Amino acid sequence: MTYGIIQIVLFLSVVLLLVKPLGWYMTRVYENKPCGLDRILGPVERAIYRLCGVNPANEMGWKRYTVAMLAFNAAGFIVLYALMRLQGFLPLNPQHFPAVPSDMAFNTAVSFITNTNWQAYGGETTMSYLTQMLGLAVQNFVSAASGMAVLVALIRGFVRRNSQTIGNFWVDLTRSLLYILIPLSLIIAILLASQGVVQTFKAYPTATLVEPITMADGNSVTEQTIAVGPTASQIAIKHLGTNGGGFFNANSAHPLENPTPLSNFLEMLAIILIPGALCYTFGKMAGDTKQGWAILASMVIIFICLLALCCWSEQKGTPQLISAGADLQASSTQSGGNMEGKEVRFGIFNSALFATTTTGTSCGAVNSMHDSYTPLGGMVPMWLIQLGEVIFGGVGSGLYGMLAFAILTVFIAGLMVGRTPEYLGKKIESYEMKMASLVILLPIFLALVGTAVAVATKAGQAGAFNPGPHGFSEILYGYSSATNNNGSAFGGLSCNTPFYNYTLAIAMLGGRYLFKILMLAIAGSLAAKKYVPASAGTLSTSDSMFVILLISVVIVVGALSFIPALALGPIVEHLMMIGR
Amino acid sequence: MIRILRQSVACIVVFTVITGVIYPLVVTGVAQLVFPHQANGSLLIDNGKTVGSSLIGQSFSSPKYFWARPSATSPMPYNAANSSGSNLGPLNPALTENVKARITQLKAADAASKQAVPVDLVTASGSGLDPDISPAAAEYQVSRVAKTRNIDESEVRKLIAEYTRDRQLGILGEPRVNVLELNLALDGLKNK
Amino acid sequence: MSSIAKGKKMFDWAIVRPAILDSFCKLSPRRQFRNPVMFVVLVGSILTSLLFVQALLGKGEAGPWFILGISFWLWFTVLFANFAEAMAEGHGRAQADSLRKARKDLVAKKLSNPRRDSSLEMVLASLLKKGDVVLVEAGDYIPIDGEVIEGVASVDESAVTGESAPVIRESGGDRSAVTGGTRVISDWLVIRVTAESGNTFLDRMIAMVEGAKRQKTPNEIALTILLAALTIVFLVVCATLLPFSYYSVLQAHQDQSRVVTITVLVALLVCLAPTTIGALLSAIGIAGMSRLSQANVVAMSGRAVEAAGDVDVLLLDKTGTITLGNRQATEFIAADGVSMEDLADAAQLASLADETPEGRSIVVLAKQQYNLRGRDIEKLGAKFIPFSAQTRMSGVDLDNRHIRKGAVDAIEQFVKSRGGVIPDKVRLASQNVAKNGGTPLVVADGAKALGVIHLKDIVKGGIKERFGDLRRMGIKTVMITGDNPMTAAAIAAEAGVDDFLAEATPEAKLELIRRYQAHGHLVAMTGDGTNDAPALAQADVAVAMNTGTQAAKEAGNMVDLDSNPTKLLDIVQIGKQTLMTRGALTTFSIANDVAKYFAIIPAAFALTYPSLNTLNVMALATPNSAILSAVIFNAIIIVFLIPLALKGVKYRPMPATQLLRKNLLIYGVGGLIVPFIGIKLIDMLLVVLHLV
Repeated sequence: MTYGIIQIVLFLSVVLLLVKPLGWYMTRVYENKPCGLDRILGPVERAIYRLCGVNPANEMGWKRYTVAMLAFNAAGFIVLYALMRLQGFLPLNPQHFPAVPSDMAFNTAVSFITNTNWQAYGGETTMSYLTQMLGLAVQNFVSAASGMAVLVALIRGFVRRNSQTIGNFWVDLTRSLLYILIPLSLIIAILLASQGVVQTFKAYPTATLVEPITMADGNSVTEQTIAVGPTASQIAIKHLGTNGGGFFNANSAHPLENPTPLSNFLEMLAIILIPGALCYTFGKMAGDTKQGWAILASMVIIFICLLALCCWSEQKGTPQLISAGADLQASSTQSGGNMEGKEVRFGIFNSALFATTTTGTSCGAVNSMHDSYTPLGGMVPMWLIQLGEVIFGGVGSGLYGMLAFAILTVFIAGLMVGRTPEYLGKKIESYEMKMASLVILLPIFLALVGTAVAVATKAGQAGAFNPGPHGFSEILYGYSSATNNNGSAFGGLSCNTPFYNYTLAIAMLGGRYLFKILMLAIAGSLAAKKYVPASAGTLSTSDSMFVILLISVVIVVGALSFIPALALGPIVEHLMMIGR
Repeated sequence: MIRILRQSVACIVVFTVITGVIYPLVVTGVAQLVFPHQANGSLLIDNGKTVGSSLIGQSFSSPKYFWARPSATSPMPYNAANSSGSNLGPLNPALTENVKARITQLKAADAASKQAVPVDLVTASGSGLDPDISPAAAEYQVSRVAKTRNIDESEVRKLIAEYTRDRQLGILGEPRVNVLELNLALDGLKNK
Repeated sequence: MSSIAKGKKMFDWAIVRPAILDSFCKLSPRRQFRNPVMFVVLVGSILTSLLFVQALLGKGEAGPWFILGISFWLWFTVLFANFAEAMAEGHGRAQADSLRKARKDLVAKKLSNPRRDSSLEMVLASLLKKGDVVLVEAGDYIPIDGEVIEGVASVDESAVTGESAPVIRESGGDRSAVTGGTRVISDWLVIRVTAESGNTFLDRMIAMVEGAKRQKTPNEIALTILLAALTIVFLVVCATLLPFSYYSVLQAHQDQSRVVTITVLVALLVCLAPTTIGALLSAIGIAGMSRLSQANVVAMSGRAVEAAGDVDVLLLDKTGTITLGNRQATEFIAADGVSMEDLADAAQLASLADETPEGRSIVVLAKQQYNLRGRDIEKLGAKFIPFSAQTRMSGVDLDNRHIRKGAVDAIEQFVKSRGGVIPDKVRLASQNVAKNGGTPLVVADGAKALGVIHLKDIVKGGIKERFGDLRRMGIKTVMITGDNPMTAAAIAAEAGVDDFLAEATPEAKLELIRRYQAHGHLVAMTGDGTNDAPALAQADVAVAMNTGTQAAKEAGNMVDLDSNPTKLLDIVQIGKQTLMTRGALTTFSIANDVAKYFAIIPAAFALTYPSLNTLNVMALATPNSAILSAVIFNAIIIVFLIPLALKGVKYRPMPATQLLRKNLLIYGVGGLIVPFIGIKLIDMLLVVLHLV
């Protein structure tokens, strides 16, 4: 227990310590000022613009920016889909995997361009090294960079006055990749490799088992094939870009993907680092770092509260395990608690912390199986996703989602103090409200309707693995995760069917692109507005009152929209578990 | 419009080369050069024969070995080519049955033991490949292994201590015992 | 305020009765469609009514009486919303009626030429065209809005303003506008018609207070969007509960009859949707307008009322707003070699016939300080020289003395022309007076300057505190004055305004407004003269004085019937109140949902999962009573909040954060707790009455 809490405190301290330097650095990158690395990478950047026919000085209006973002993502989809369908004919396929089936390839391609990284596939049994490297890992990079670009465009919307443009998509994309994602990935990848994350192009090695396994049919297995691959390079960006698609099926629970507590710490840090630091970048670019800290504070508070619930519930375990005769008591020699689906090296606290981190952000990597969590412990990640992935959230996407909530908050708060609301000196009027309302409505709509369609159809019902309310939770989690581009799952759901592959893909596309388009529309509209100076009558958006209000709005919207569904899933399951 | 399409295609090609080819090759180069053991799977070689990976668990069912955690991989447990957890929900009757069956099995193998069974020893790990058990789970098995092998319990405990990894850097993670390494060491005792 | 329906009780039967009737008339779907929240409730009411009929026929999804109960209360929810709107309109209409009495169809004396002596023709006022010229004589009603082009008359405007004292209207200058429906008491006027029937000031005023021409304000539109979005969210939540319930029943291996009923889902939807604010939204807007007209201000649009809440710069005329209109003599400063008594004596003599407040105050000061009694100027045989724009001084000619008082430069000319000079001490003294915010009047007797009278601007009592309040609200005050910068600075400091514009010209005012607006400020101002019109047109909130010119009234977006420049402060407050009331009720409405979930979710799903009964924290008697109680609470809370919607949330000037905290506590936390109590009480009542 004590060690668990120390580790959580340590983790959050390191995150908060890094927020400012990295946030500052990213501000330099996006404001196109010298950031240090530009001395080395400047020529590369210019070469990229030349190769791609981009004039970095060309500013774009929000519509053009949107079209560029969509076109680029569409191109990425085609490349990735083609790679999966053709991998059988392509090199770097030592296990000779055949083409990925069309529905799964469609789902996976959508899932990676949308930064969801839902795993309908098992990495080590489906994807060739080439597909993983050239397809999945590349999308890990560029989908994250797309999200960051949209955020930067939105921030510019707040900062600029009477402006028709919000930046250049190609420049934002390139600079995100070149100065932020690639250098950080290199560092993380090498650190991970030092801990034992594999990085090789060789075929899967085979080991002779110490004790052969006798199968039910009497045959005996004497060898163990160990899946390996160019993992470390991909895992680094999988976390940094809040992607979450594992190299292996078991994702970050796999010992070769996350071998030690230190690698686990690094992976969690990598998930939350950029989304956290972007808050500072936001404040810095907006000219008032307190604005960024206020947003970050709201995130951290919700994060800690839900983390506490998850830790408590998992450590407590279930009465069912206890009555079966297992010892769940935490002691100096075991972590105890609900260890089903968890790894011994991580124990309860590091599993719960990872689960909270990966679902608060839209990462979706897992180091333990959420499906086997206690009802309330599993509700935490599910609800964090349903809150709209704004508790840190995905790189870029988390903050722009949170800013949509902030717009809603200032609107309600502004009314309460008798003023037409404004945020960062920009008046929030009916156009912004329309877009922000849609932003908040959209994921709720997709997640609930998706779940409804699934539970009402035979094809959907067939997916549930666990009986009772837990089966419902699996489906609900699935659509929530897809819509909000998280990608983690209650893994029991058999989602590799055409029904799930296609419906979840629709949820992912809607959740990602409609959301982005709406946010860019807000960016365009804000940029064109004039600036309203603050006065004593202006509601402060950087004080504790605003933090409390923002938290309340996020929680209330999330609760009001999902409580009935959660009541039929984890809540009733919890009540059943404790024998009510 | 056409220009945007051209730029899109150009960009995806350029970034595929940078992040999909150059970047992983650089990481591979550095990793293979600096951490060749780790980068290739932390394989354990015994007399030129690969006997496993120190990071990947193996299935043990003989009473003379320390048993690893239950594994839910298919078709056989600890299938390192297809990692997976059980995904059983907390109230799934199958989970309770599995746990009960496992406890029965453990008790049957060491009828004398009156200790409570540590939870990690009866629940499946997330990856199905967990190389570790908790020190408590190791301690639970000491008497059985010592009895079967006819050695002193203290000698077994000494080995456990040797293969117990404490919290990393004194803080991170949980203390744990690597089952494969411990069992290899046990077999090594006999050969000595 | 006599003729306008102020002081009418909130629930006056004369307003309530037509409002009830109106509630039913407003049920037409076309009207309901304008309010998405209530439209959903209406559809729900119709749906449950049909389900009731189906249940009566024996094929219902639940007991017919339960469905009827729900349906009944859903209809009431819609009716209550209509009632709230009708009540607000009723209050407005009561005001309009008293105005309308003034608008009888009058007969006008139309002149063929714009001269009093041209030929007359009797024409119905409603047939008058813009530009026609009419004659109005003593005892006549002014037939229509217009501008005086000839004559002077006293006019009784009580029908419009409620003020019984007659006002002077004359051609030219700032008092040339006349309003149709008012009555000429003495003399005559020739008036050029400026508005046609149906579009007169009175017509617009009636339309405004009745809410007939009310368009949604931008802020109202934004809020409606939010409410619509919330309603859609809850629609999705409730609609998807049907398949969720179906699946849960399947998983629990139960009979399909246990799937949640449509009736319950409709009830849940109506409870969750922000019906409280949805029902009261238009009432709040109408009530805002009528609060404004109770303050005797007519707004030309709801948009202006809302903008008033956002104003952060107030341009205030010094005279009348910040200072009492009259300056008062407070001190005599004698020149060298002149005794105080002589100075006071001369000053008093010069002012004896001066009927201006300043003049009278000089007489009084001389009497108080030097015991000089006022004398009768007639008896002295003195000749009074009145103030004129050319000479800019006044005084008396007595025997051989030519006593004058006036501004320094005017007196200097006077003295010089008689071969004298203004001594340095006098010049210095007048500068000192000006520096301290006073107005120096120099007194001269022939070629000799005797000294200076210190005329002081008297800042209104309590105005400094009021500006302090405004500052705390984040509103900047700017004083506009024709005084020189030195005097202006001193008064500005004394009154506590944030800034001032001295030696203001119409162009300078306009420029100042533009400058503030360019920096993103919203500017409010008052004005009355024609030369204020450009500035009024530029300002975001422009309040024209009713005594002002037609041009000023046309340029402003509000007219203050009392012509009281301080009214701007009330207008700002009313604007803020309107927004705050919306915000408070929105918060209340949403906070209510928590309790409703606790009532309805266990009731709806405990059949499938008995464990969910744990969530029935209010210990409601049965599932049916729980759902019914929630629906009833949801309906009657609307009625309970009508007074709040009409009166508006209380507003006290304080910084935004403090205000937010206070309102959040009352309407947020209150909104969380109240329904728990309310629903429980209704449930207990239902049980006692054996209704469930």
